[in-house]
Amino acid sequence: MLAAMNLPPGNKAAAPAIRVRGLTKSYGRLSVLSGVDFDVARGSIFALLGSNGAGKTTVVRILSTLLKADAGTARVVGFEVATQAAEVRESISLTGQFAAVDEILTGRENLVLVARLRHRERPGTIADDLLSRFSLTDAGDRRVATYSGGMRRRLDIAMSLIGDPPVIFLDEPTSGLDPEARAEVWRAVKGLAEGGTTVLLTTQYLAEAEQLADRIAILHQGRIIVDGTLAELKRLLPPAEIEYVEKQPSLEDVFLAVVGQNRK
Amino acid sequence: MAAHLLADTVVLTGRTMRHVTRSLDTIITTAITPIAMMLMFVYVFGGAIDTGPVSYVNYMLPGILLITVASGISYTAFRLFADLQGGIFERFQSMPVARPAVLWAHVLTSLAANVISLVVVVAVALVMGFRSGAGVPAWLAVAGLLVLFTLALTWIAVIPGLTAKTVDGASAFAYPLIFLPFVSSAFVPTGTMPGPVRAFAEHQPVTAIVDTIRDLLTGQPAGTGVWAALAWCTGILIVAYFFATMAYRRRIS
Repeated sequence: MLAAMNLPPGNKAAAPAIRVRGLTKSYGRLSVLSGVDFDVARGSIFALLGSNGAGKTTVVRILSTLLKADAGTARVVGFEVATQAAEVRESISLTGQFAAVDEILTGRENLVLVARLRHRERPGTIADDLLSRFSLTDAGDRRVATYSGGMRRRLDIAMSLIGDPPVIFLDEPTSGLDPEARAEVWRAVKGLAEGGTTVLLTTQYLAEAEQLADRIAILHQGRIIVDGTLAELKRLLPPAEIEYVEKQPSLEDVFLAVVGQNRK
Repeated sequence: MAAHLLADTVVLTGRTMRHVTRSLDTIITTAITPIAMMLMFVYVFGGAIDTGPVSYVNYMLPGILLITVASGISYTAFRLFADLQGGIFERFQSMPVARPAVLWAHVLTSLAANVISLVVVVAVALVMGFRSGAGVPAWLAVAGLLVLFTLALTWIAVIPGLTAKTVDGASAFAYPLIFLPFVSSAFVPTGTMPGPVRAFAEHQPVTAIVDTIRDLLTGQPAGTGVWAALAWCTGILIVAYFFATMAYRRRIS
C-alpha cells in the first residue's frame, strides 16, 4: 500500500514491475553476469532458469538490494535498486535459498516478528490469518526447528506476504522438497499471482517453470540466452530435452498416487 | 527510516532475548565456568595466597566477574555469526528495517545476558562468604563500570561475529580475554611476580578495572584508579565500535 503511494508520477500501470538492463557483476576476475536484460510484467510469474552457478542468485541478490551491480540498471516498481534501496525494500520480499526463518521462534512468532518489522498494525491478527491460509494453524505455536521442509518453506513464503509487497522474489523455492511439498508451494505461488503480486522465481527444475511461469528466461554464462513463453521456448529446445520435461511430471504422478494410496 | 530505529531495535532485541531465554544452557555455561574457577581458587589455591586483611573471596570476585563477561560475549559473537550463516540476517537486510537496529539488538541482548550471568555469579559468591560493606553509590559505580566493560567487550565480539568464516573462529577470540585476568592483580597480588610479568600485569586494563571494583566493594578510596579503569573501558569501546561498524558496513554494502 505504502509503496503504491510512493510511486513516481511517471510510472504507468503498464510499465514492467521489474526492468533489468545491462546488468554486470564479477567477483574478482570471475565474471558472473555479463550484460543481463529482462522485463517482468506486473502480476506475472517470471522464471529464471539456469544451472548451478549460472548467476540466478546473483540477479536476485542485486534486485533485493543485498548486492551492488558493477554496471547496468535494475528497477523494481520504478525504483532504482542502487539509489533507492529503501523504497525497493518497501516494495519487495525475498524468500528461498538464503532468506531464512528463525528456528528458535515458533511459526507464529516468526510471522509476528516480520509484521512488526514491516510496521504493520495488529501483527497478531496478521500472523493468525497467514497461519490459517498456509495450513499452519496447528503448528503455529511449535518451534520452527520441529517443522518439515515443506512447512518451513510455506512459513517462509507466508512471511514474505506480510505487508503485501507488490513484488516477491523466490530463490529456488522448492529445492530439496519432496513432490508433495513442492506441489503445496506451487499452489501458494499461483495464488500470489492471482492476487496481483509479481513473482520472480529462480529454479533448476524445468517442470517448475513449466507449471508456474507466464514467461521463462534462461540464464547461461552470464547472459539471458532465451526469453519467452513456454510455447515459444518449447519450439527452441531440442526434442530430447522436451522429452525429459514431459517425463518428470508423470513420475511424480506415480509417486503421489502410490503415496496417496498408502495413506488411505 | 531513522524514525523506526528505536522500534526496530526493540523488536529485534525481543527476538534475540528469546534466543537467550530458550537456550538457558548458554547462560548456565557462561556462569558455571567462572563459578567453578571461583570454587577452585577460594577452596584450593586461596589458602596459600596472601591477600592481607581482605578475605580471599572478597579479593578475587572482581576478577571472576570480568571472566564471566569475557566468556559471555563469545555467545554474542556466536549468535551474530549464526544469524549471518542461517540467512535471517539477509532477510532483515532485504526488508525496510533500520540498518543499525540489527546490530544494536545483538549488543543490547549481550548486555542483558551478561547482567543475568553476573547476578548469578555474585549470588553464588554471597553463599561462599562474599561480603561487602559498600553503600548504594559504590554498588552503582561497580554496576556502571561492569556495564561499560561489557559494552566494550561486546563490540569486540561483534567483529569476529561479522567476519568469521567458521563457528570456532567466531568464538575463539574470547580465550585470550578470559586468560587476561590471570596475568593481573585479579587472583594474586602483583608484588610476587617477576619483573617483566609484573610490569605487564600492572599496566594492563584488567588490573585497573579489578582494583577499582575491589576498592569500591571493600569501601576503600578508589583514587585515580577509577579514571584509569574508565579510560581503558572507554578506549576499548571506541576502538572496537569503530572496527565493528566498519565490518558491518562492509557486510551490508
